[in-house]
Amino acid sequence: MIEMIELKNVSKNYPIHGGERVILDQINLTIHSSEKIGILGRNGSGKSTLIRLISGAEKPTTGIVDRRMKVSWPLALSGGFQGSLTGLDNLRFICRIYNTPIKDKISYVQDFSELGRYFWEPVKTYSSGMRARLAFALSMVIEFDCFLIDEVVAVGDDRFRARCEEELFIKRKDRAMIIVSHQANYIKKHCDRVCVLLRGQMHHFDSVDAGFEFYKQHSAEQ
Amino acid sequence: MASLNSFLESLMIQKRVIGALILREVLTRYGRHNIGFLWMIIEPMMFTGGVTLIYSLRPMSHGGLTGAQMVLTGYSAILLWRNIPNRCLGALEPNLSLFFHRMVKPLDVFLSRIILESIGAGISMIVLSLIYLSLGVVNFPVDILKVIEAWFLLAWYATALSLFVGAIASQTEIMDRVFHIIQYLMVGFSGSLFLVAWVPPPLQHIVLFVPTVHCNEMMRSGFFGSVEKFYYDVGYVVAFNMVLTLLGLAQVRYISKKVRPE
Repeated sequence: MIEMIELKNVSKNYPIHGGERVILDQINLTIHSSEKIGILGRNGSGKSTLIRLISGAEKPTTGIVDRRMKVSWPLALSGGFQGSLTGLDNLRFICRIYNTPIKDKISYVQDFSELGRYFWEPVKTYSSGMRARLAFALSMVIEFDCFLIDEVVAVGDDRFRARCEEELFIKRKDRAMIIVSHQANYIKKHCDRVCVLLRGQMHHFDSVDAGFEFYKQHSAEQ
Repeated sequence: MASLNSFLESLMIQKRVIGALILREVLTRYGRHNIGFLWMIIEPMMFTGGVTLIYSLRPMSHGGLTGAQMVLTGYSAILLWRNIPNRCLGALEPNLSLFFHRMVKPLDVFLSRIILESIGAGISMIVLSLIYLSLGVVNFPVDILKVIEAWFLLAWYATALSLFVGAIASQTEIMDRVFHIIQYLMVGFSGSLFLVAWVPPPLQHIVLFVPTVHCNEMMRSGFFGSVEKFYYDVGYVVAFNMVLTLLGLAQVRYISKKVRPE
């Protein structure tokens, strides 16, 4: 069984006032293990929606998302944890639902997130930086085959970003990654290929530079 | 065989998810200091104590049941069909962020609250019964299996109702208000506070449209024996519950496609 994720003719509509809006239109995408793909698109082009569909957090309106490897939930600034629970409770929740033993993970998350006492406080009391650190630490706890990264790496101070870099691209360099980011340097550095979302359609590029060219050319349109 | 394995696997996953959700509910509902749990016993005691007082002030009681006996059984029913649906109204909103994890589904959130609240209602009922038993206000049930059966039929009804209204309420605000109004009215008509025997015979079949009336009658019959004539039809309740369960599950399935994690 080949490990991959395949999107076949996936479309997603959202109801809006007076009808429906087509966010994604017949998307086809295949991700193989250890591939790193960048997703480019303007704000509102459907990048986050695409990530949610790949993760299974939402279902497509039509089309099939065929997951044959273990995919993370969308790693973003928040989401995936519950505000009234503490950092530790959230860790326990994640370990339970992903069926992962918690044994060594507590000290890891404490260490990485650097929350101090706040590890035992409700997440809703955290600053946005603390949330991002916890979100990232929690997602590193489960051994996913594919990580979905929605702009989270842009956040945080240099130290945090350096640690994220190490956890993702050094310790887990054999995993697949789908990266949404506006930072061209980041994508160029880490991705093998890019896809550009434009008006609901996906344009594939084997060369990251070609992808960025296309993106820049069409950035005025929507 | 493959489909049985994947079914069992899915069941295990769902069991883990619901278990995790129940623990999450316990932490936020009762806090870490378990004081909130005491309220689950105290509130029923206050209600039943208050109504018992009112009943005892009446010059004579209707038929063979005392006020305390009426309200002990009646209130256990209210605990089920009032508390459980109330916990499912607005159940999805505080948990929206958890739907980012693909194995967490709206049905799981509803079921975790239903299970937790049912256990609470059950414990309340048992504790209250033991207290009343020790005070000599009630005797040990004549037919305890019948009491338990009636309680489970009520719990089933409450579960199906909760799925139905909880799902609808997650999409429209009106359901919340409408349902609370209906609940207030139902306290009088649900059978908790009257016996079918008190209703004029030509009108009895009307109250017997309400399934909780049957369950109350059955529970009292099991508890107190034939001190009164009790009217109930288990088949009717089962049929009603099955239809309501179907409607509830269908509604949950329908809204599951519309729920967006946040």
